[in-house]
Formats: sequence, structure tokens, C-alpha cells
Amino acid sequence: MSLFLEQLLNGLQFGVMLFLLAAGLTLIFGIMGVINLAHGSIYMIGAYAGAYVAAQTGSFFLGVPAALVAAALVGAAMEFLVVRRLYKRDHLDQVLATFALILIFNQVVTLLFGRQPLFVSMPSLLDGAVELLPGLTYPIYRLAIILVGLLVALGLYLLINRTRIGMLVRAGSTNREMVRALGVNVGMLYTIVFGLGALLAGLAGVMAGPILAVQVGMGEQILITTFVVVVIGGVGSIRGAFVASLLLGVVDTMLRAYLPSMLRHVMIGSDADALGAGISSMGIYLLMAVVLLIRPKGLFAPNS
Amino acid sequence: MDKSINKPFLLAGVLIVLVALPFLANAAGYPALTSLATRALIYGIAAASLNLVLGYGGMVSFGHAAFFGLGGYVVGILYQHYTQDDMLLGLIPGTNQLLVTLPATLLVSGLAAALIGALSLRTGGVQFIMITLAFAQMLFFLFVSLKTYGGDDGLIIRRANELPGLNMRDKQTIYYVYLAIAAIFFFLLWRIVNSRFGNVLVGLRQNERRMAALGLPAYRYKLAAFVISGMGAGLAGCLMANFLRFASPDMVHWTKSGELMVMVVLGGVGTLFGPLIGAAAYTILEAVLASWTEYWQLGLGFILLFVVLYTHGGIQALFARIGGRRP
Repeated sequence: MSLFLEQLLNGLQFGVMLFLLAAGLTLIFGIMGVINLAHGSIYMIGAYAGAYVAAQTGSFFLGVPAALVAAALVGAAMEFLVVRRLYKRDHLDQVLATFALILIFNQVVTLLFGRQPLFVSMPSLLDGAVELLPGLTYPIYRLAIILVGLLVALGLYLLINRTRIGMLVRAGSTNREMVRALGVNVGMLYTIVFGLGALLAGLAGVMAGPILAVQVGMGEQILITTFVVVVIGGVGSIRGAFVASLLLGVVDTMLRAYLPSMLRHVMIGSDADALGAGISSMGIYLLMAVVLLIRPKGLFAPNS
Repeated sequence: MDKSINKPFLLAGVLIVLVALPFLANAAGYPALTSLATRALIYGIAAASLNLVLGYGGMVSFGHAAFFGLGGYVVGILYQHYTQDDMLLGLIPGTNQLLVTLPATLLVSGLAAALIGALSLRTGGVQFIMITLAFAQMLFFLFVSLKTYGGDDGLIIRRANELPGLNMRDKQTIYYVYLAIAAIFFFLLWRIVNSRFGNVLVGLRQNERRMAALGLPAYRYKLAAFVISGMGAGLAGCLMANFLRFASPDMVHWTKSGELMVMVVLGGVGTLFGPLIGAAAYTILEAVLASWTEYWQLGLGFILLFVVLYTHGGIQALFARIGGRRP
């Protein structure tokens, strides 16, 4: 039982990380109609900036603002130099231009930091584990990630449902042309949304540092999973992104944890492990296929 | 529909150059050029297949590496069972004959495309991009986990598939066989694109609602195009595995889908021979940049960004514009 709860928490932790990325991606698409493959690169840049500053200063908590600033700056530069020209283009051009950005970012990061992955030491304040229930101890750092993720979700909810900017965001995702026709400064709105998305991606990146290896290619790996989240949740819906992130995080973690041992009942150990790992990697995509069969536009599609 | 077809002389000229290429390469002291041209031909087939859905049909598939990789794995898996002299799933004997593996590839990649297409085409636009990408990635993880077939490392095919009466170990023979296959492929593609089916496809891209109002079942036409396109990509994968004598999860990796799209866009979206030009340009670019620096992808990224942002219609359009004509 305690193992199950632990895996559930692991799933939640993975889920909130996915949410931090998916929220930005789905907002950027919902408001501006841009599919941004380089969103994963901003996550990577956040992770590298955080890891570098943490290693130089010895303090993880100085790395966090550095990562946020780096992610926001790169995001703003990206919007200003490239993405701005893509708003009126078709999806193909957007995919290719942002694919080119991935190639560029990956090579620049390789040039700056080399091919060896960086490791970030756990901040001593959050090191160690707490006993949540009798028999269930859990690392504080992972709990902190879950907490931050949930706070961000709450903050986004308030921002979108209670503020004027949020009102424009909601209006923009429903009918972009109408918002523009009503005289709203759309360019400003776009920059704010893109910056916000970049900020969240950077936050996810820096938080991933102490639990994952910081390396080139980490962005694409999580980006594709994030796409699955966005598709299942419904493109443009923050609520959908939240539900789908947690769902996917838990499903993925559970499959990885339990499938190999279940398969071991019917086949030899090493084969069961390999096949189990394979099927659990495929699990979220199968889930997506099922959701699409039932609701082609995703669970919480805004325009349905 | 396509201007270059109206220029039979140009086409014949290009064909003559392609036929003479191995001799020219040897004479010029660059025998490696033949290998480069073979790769360009293979990628040309794959990119042109992608272009059928992407350029003509307006369906932006970001997962064509799935079919490319499947083609490669059909060759690899059948070859492994041939050398081990056992049955695939206890039913299907292995083989090393190209005349068997090629139809098998078309069948497998066609079936996969029907399945993936049937699901993905329920949506459109940006979801379609993400879903095709996700399905390809799913296949990638499947092949990585298949330890029997090499897992991460892929499958080595010790000898290329045989064709009766030909020595397929000779690079020059392979080049000519592939050139013949490519010629047949592009002839068929030309027929498809200029048929009623091709026109419906273009119509669907321009205005799906209007085509539906004319009473055309849009979904079925799109699915048919997707299946044909997947089979083409599978064919290319089969040829590539035979050429490299290697099939690995890299063939299914999402960057391969991206590369195929880059080739289409480099050459010119929605043109018959654009993707072939794009594939050649990409292969040459890769070879040249990689010989300069190991960070060649940086250069590729900037070139791609430039092409997407500033040239409207790729290399073909660029040439047309330099020549003073509208693309």
C-alpha cells in the first residue's frame, strides 16, 4: 500500500511538471494559433541556466531566479525575432521554423556546455525525506515540486478567471479576430502570453535539475509527452491541460512501476522487463488514441 | 499542373545525368558521389510521398518516420529470420529476396498508415500534427523495447536483399536498381497527382467544406492519400535498410520525420519533383556541413530558418524567381 501511494506521488510530481509545460504550450496555441516546438528548448535553457548558476554560486535558490530570467529573455527574443513572423503563416511553416530553433538551441547549448550532462546537487534545505504516513517516507524535494506545481495551477486559475489580462486571454482563445476588432492591443497580449509560457517552462526546467540529468535533448523528450497532454486535454484549455497532465503523469508512472512485474508472471524476467518498459512507454499514446476515438477534440476542448 | 513535366527536355536531361552519374563520379575521382546520389534518391522517394499528403492534401504529418522505419524493420526482421532459419511468430518464414521484402514492406506500411491515418484524420490542424508525431514516437519506443530485434542498437543486415540475376553487393548496381524504382515511383506519383483523385485532394486542401458540399467523402479521400503516402515512405525505408544494411530505431525517431519535412519544404511544397530536389539539397548540405564541423546542425538550423521565413516555396520557387518568373 505504501509503495502504491509513493508511486501515486511520483505520478503527481511528473504530472505537475508536465502541467507547467503544457499550460504554456496550450495557451500559446490557444491565443496565437502557433505550434511551438521550441517550447522544450526553453525548458532546457531554464535547466541549464539554473544548473550553471547553482554550480557557480553553490546555491540552488540563486539558480531559480537565474533560470526564470534566462527562460523569459530567450522566450521574449524568440517571440520578437521568429515567432512574431509566424502568426499569419500556416502550421507547416511554424513547425519547421521552430524545428530549426530546436536544432540551433541544441547546438548552441552543446557548444557552451559540452556533451556531458550536468548534475545539480539537491538544495540542503529540501534534502532528505519526511514520513507522511506510518511506513511512507517521501523525499521533501519532490513534495516541494508538487506544491509549487499546484500553487502555479491555482495562480493561473486566478489570473485567468479573476483578472483583466485573464479575461483577454479567455476572449482571445475563443475568438482571436473579435478581440482584435474590439481594439485590444493584441501584440502586447501575445508577448505577455508567450513570456508567461516561457517562464513556466523555465521553472519546470530548473526544478527538474536536481532529479534529472541536465542534458541536450531533455526538452524534446518531455515536449512530445506534453503534446500528448495538450491533445488529450483539448488544445487551448488550461483546465484540460491540468487534468490531462495529472492523469498522464499517474498513468505513465504506474505502468512503469507495475507492468514489468505483472508481465513477469507470464514470461521470463529480462524479456518481461524489456517488453514492460516498451509497453509502458507506449501507454500514454494508447490512452491518447482511446480519448481521440471518443472525443476527437480532447476532453476539455474550448470550442466544443 | 506541374510545370517541370511540361518540359520533357529538361526531364530527359536530368535523367541522362542521373544515368551517367556513376561514370562521371568515377571519372571525377569522387566515387562516393554515387552513394550520396543513392541516399538522395531514397530520401527523394520518402519526401515525395510525404509531399502527397503534406503539399497536395494539406495534411501536415509529423510522423512519416514511422512508415520509413517500418519499411526498414520489415527488411531487417525478415532477414534475421532468414539467417536464423525460423518463423516470424511461428507463421512467416524469413527471406532475403527483394522481390518478397518489397511487397511485404508496402503491405505492412500500408496497413500501419491505414490504422494511424484512420485515427489521426478524425482531427485536423494542429492536433493532427501532434498526433502523427505521437504515434511515430510510440512506434519508436516499441522498436527500442524489442530486444529480439536489437532493441536500441538496431538490426544489422549482413547482406543486402537479392534480386535474381543482379549482384546487389555492388554499389553501382544498387544505384541503378534504385534509380529504376525511383523512376517508376515518380511516374506513378505523377499519374496520381494529375488524376481525378489528385484534383480532389488539392480541392480538399483548398476548401474541404466545398468539396463535401459537392458530395465527396473527404475522410475517405484523405485516408486513401495517407495510405499511399505511408506506403511510399515504407518503400523508401526498405531501400534505405538495404542500402545501409542496417535498420535501427533512429529511422523512426521524430527528428527523421522533421528531416523529411525539411526536404519537402527545401524543394518546394506541392510540386512533383520539388521533394527530390530538396532531398538532394539536404543530403549534399549535410555532407558538406558535416565535413566542416561536427556542429553542422547549427548551420542547418539557420539555413532552414531562412528558407522558411524568407523564401516562399523553397528552392524551386527561388530558381523560378531568379529566372524572373512567378512560381
